[in-house]
Amino acid sequence: MMISPATSLASGAADAAAAVGAAPTWVLAIPFLPMLAVVLNTLCAVFGNKTKLPAWITVGCLAGSFVVTMLAYMALSGETNTVTAWHWFDLSWGDGVGQSMVANFGFYIDNLTLLWMMFVTGLATLIAIYASEYMEHDVGKGYTRFFVAFGLFVFSMLCLVMGDNLLMLYLGWEGVGLCSYLLIGYFYKKPEAVAAAKKAFIVNRIGDLGLAIGVMLTFVHFGTLEYEVLFNSAQLQGYISAVQEGRAGDVPLMAQLIAVFLMIGAFGKSAQFPLYVWLPDAMEGPTPVSALIHAATMVTAGLYLIARMLPVFLLSEWALPVVAWVGTITALLAATIGMAQFDIKRIMAYSTVSQLGYMFAGLAFLSSTGGVFHVVTHAFFKALLFLCCGAVMHGFAGQLDLRKLSGLWHMKGWRIVSIGMLIGCLNLAGVPFTAGYFSKDMILAEAFVTPGYGYSFLGWVLLLTAGMTAYYTFRVFFRVFTGPVQYEAGDEHHGSDDHSHEHEAGDAHGHDGHSHEDHHGHFHPHAPGMRINGVLATLSVLAILAAGLYFISPEKHGWIGDMLEESTAHNIYTADHSSAAMFVIDGDAHGAHGHDSHGHAGDHGDHAHGAHGSILGYDPHKVMYYISAVFGLTGILIAAWAHGPKGLVSGFIGGRVEAGKCRMDGVAAKLGPIPRWAENKWYVDEFYAFIFVTPLRVVSHIFHMIDKLLVDGLVNLFGYLPRMLGRGAQPGQSGVLHGYALSMAGGVGVILFIVAWVTL
Amino acid sequence: MMTTLAQSGFPEAMTTLTLYHYLFISAVMFTLGLIGFITRRNLIVMFLCTEMMFQASGIALVAFSRFYLEYTGQVFVIFVLTIAAAEAALALALVVLLFKRNETLDGSVWSLLKG
Repeated sequence: MMISPATSLASGAADAAAAVGAAPTWVLAIPFLPMLAVVLNTLCAVFGNKTKLPAWITVGCLAGSFVVTMLAYMALSGETNTVTAWHWFDLSWGDGVGQSMVANFGFYIDNLTLLWMMFVTGLATLIAIYASEYMEHDVGKGYTRFFVAFGLFVFSMLCLVMGDNLLMLYLGWEGVGLCSYLLIGYFYKKPEAVAAAKKAFIVNRIGDLGLAIGVMLTFVHFGTLEYEVLFNSAQLQGYISAVQEGRAGDVPLMAQLIAVFLMIGAFGKSAQFPLYVWLPDAMEGPTPVSALIHAATMVTAGLYLIARMLPVFLLSEWALPVVAWVGTITALLAATIGMAQFDIKRIMAYSTVSQLGYMFAGLAFLSSTGGVFHVVTHAFFKALLFLCCGAVMHGFAGQLDLRKLSGLWHMKGWRIVSIGMLIGCLNLAGVPFTAGYFSKDMILAEAFVTPGYGYSFLGWVLLLTAGMTAYYTFRVFFRVFTGPVQYEAGDEHHGSDDHSHEHEAGDAHGHDGHSHEDHHGHFHPHAPGMRINGVLATLSVLAILAAGLYFISPEKHGWIGDMLEESTAHNIYTADHSSAAMFVIDGDAHGAHGHDSHGHAGDHGDHAHGAHGSILGYDPHKVMYYISAVFGLTGILIAAWAHGPKGLVSGFIGGRVEAGKCRMDGVAAKLGPIPRWAENKWYVDEFYAFIFVTPLRVVSHIFHMIDKLLVDGLVNLFGYLPRMLGRGAQPGQSGVLHGYALSMAGGVGVILFIVAWVTL
Repeated sequence: MMTTLAQSGFPEAMTTLTLYHYLFISAVMFTLGLIGFITRRNLIVMFLCTEMMFQASGIALVAFSRFYLEYTGQVFVIFVLTIAAAEAALALALVVLLFKRNETLDGSVWSLLKG
């Protein structure tokens, strides 16, 4: 297997610096421009700025960062470069290997990094523009706070993906976690938002502990945290060739455990089973935050970690198979929950969890191209979907229940949102020739060609999930955007109706001071303004164009494959598939799974790719395009039948004539309690509450009592004793001079008496 | 040497005053001062009693000084006297102020420091 040429083992006198170039200093502007926005916005907060200035500062800085990123892409793509901002940790306690620790505040820029940098800064810029309108009702109150946290998030995320060592990654990792916490809890007066913020933070702690242990083990075992040194180390290269030659047993347990712990970290941050529970609740945050942090960027940090550390993951026999299984289970579980939810933002949240599961499975099927391609396409179309949901929520005073909204397509001013939603839904459902279709297929096909641990079974599960995804996605679209125009306002008081775009429907808005709740003839949804529509249109175009990435250098499976070839996440299956076979340690045992049993077992040599597995006798890479399209379209048709409006396709399918009733209600009634269980998220939260939260609460009450009675009691005793002693002696303090004189004389008398008694 | 009847009526003539006599006087004076200080309520009288205790200790010091032929004690007494004079002025001023506060010389009235 090849690691990239840039990181290949440098031999002889040439040190690692020869293999890794020095990036120009101006790339430092990429992370530090968002930091500048944070500083300027903090100054705005200090000086009590009550205007929209913070939004424009943020947009400007992020756009600058994006421009520099594009320049960096043009100048540096295909190479591996590092640049150091300043020395951070430079410790040494001996001359031997592993007796010094260097972790600079430096950046490691290869194609994998550039990929993440581009979509992080690009999406952050667009979403900041969107947020500048979306958050308008908070101008002067939380507006500045929002943009400070927003900028800090982008800075942290860039530290995470650009850092040139694992400690930088950890710094960014914790930074994005903090910003996520701050932004989920943005509406801090709302108890659910505070609870969700805490839940996200605490669940992430579990994953972060795994990451911390993984980082520490990396240092203990490899003696370095720097990517440059780590990936070039003879030790790692030796392990990799050992695995390739089928001597996986030669890799020490410690090295294999690194991947396992890093994997736990990735599961926490990227919301995988069993740590996914925080992400749906995180939707309590403002929608731009959900779009940027909890759909497009932060939750892909786990994917980045695995892609970056892929060489280390290859050392472990279990890490990637576990990732594959967990990813698939998550994808299926979240899809089943998503099918039964009524809150459109939650549906999107579960869909995010589900799609992240796909990406993990993709990485684990040794298809880093598929996994990362899906990260990129998903970032665009899911951000688009979230922003459309946000526009709906914004316009209908927080209404997100798909039973109470209908026919937005036919409403004035909502066409762009509807079209954006449709494009997002088509992508998510994997309709042919959309970006989501290509990226998902790549993962699915790879599930069938990669040998090992029941992967072809996982492939079928993922295909089923794809169908479910199409169903719940179009359930939202058909319910909310088609059909008769009906709506009910949500219960969110914007506090005022003085939005700048309110005047557009001036005559209808004689209700200043009325709450949105008063919707019988009074509530008027306000259609999104210029900036929201502009961002939605831009994202729609980008989501469509993302499909084109697949056609750039097709021999490498698209532009992403081309990019990844020059990074540590180098796509193994394009290089040679024999390395993939290394997981079939005892070939025949695992080769016999399902439809994946043809001709790879035992012979790990030089298969051309695609010869490994098959679906019903066909080459998965070719046939998958048809199969997944069938699954996706079936899902959409079911959604259309169950939720589509009357008259869709000349009255043939769909029969919904009002917002709250559809054919699915009858189907759900036949299924008994199952839809209710799914709506209640299979009671996973309750289960966790029962097995973790309640026992912990009981234990903490016990400790509280011990603390109160034993520890506090002891401390109080030491205060209590002298006080009682003093109270006993208190009457002696009469305050009368004669009393003192008498007692003094008496004391002297007693002393004299004793002296006399002793001496005489 | 002729002894008169009156003299012979005594068993022995008191020839010398010893250290013990002085110390006895000192102790008696000190005790009287102390008793006076404890029993009387009048601030001025109490103050005088403390002066008496002072002088009692002064007598004891001078007596010891003479006994040991060491002048330190006497020097010390001179100082004590000087300071006592200054302190008397101060104390009497305080007494006057206290009297102005409460229109009484009764020392037992002052018990602000009662615990």
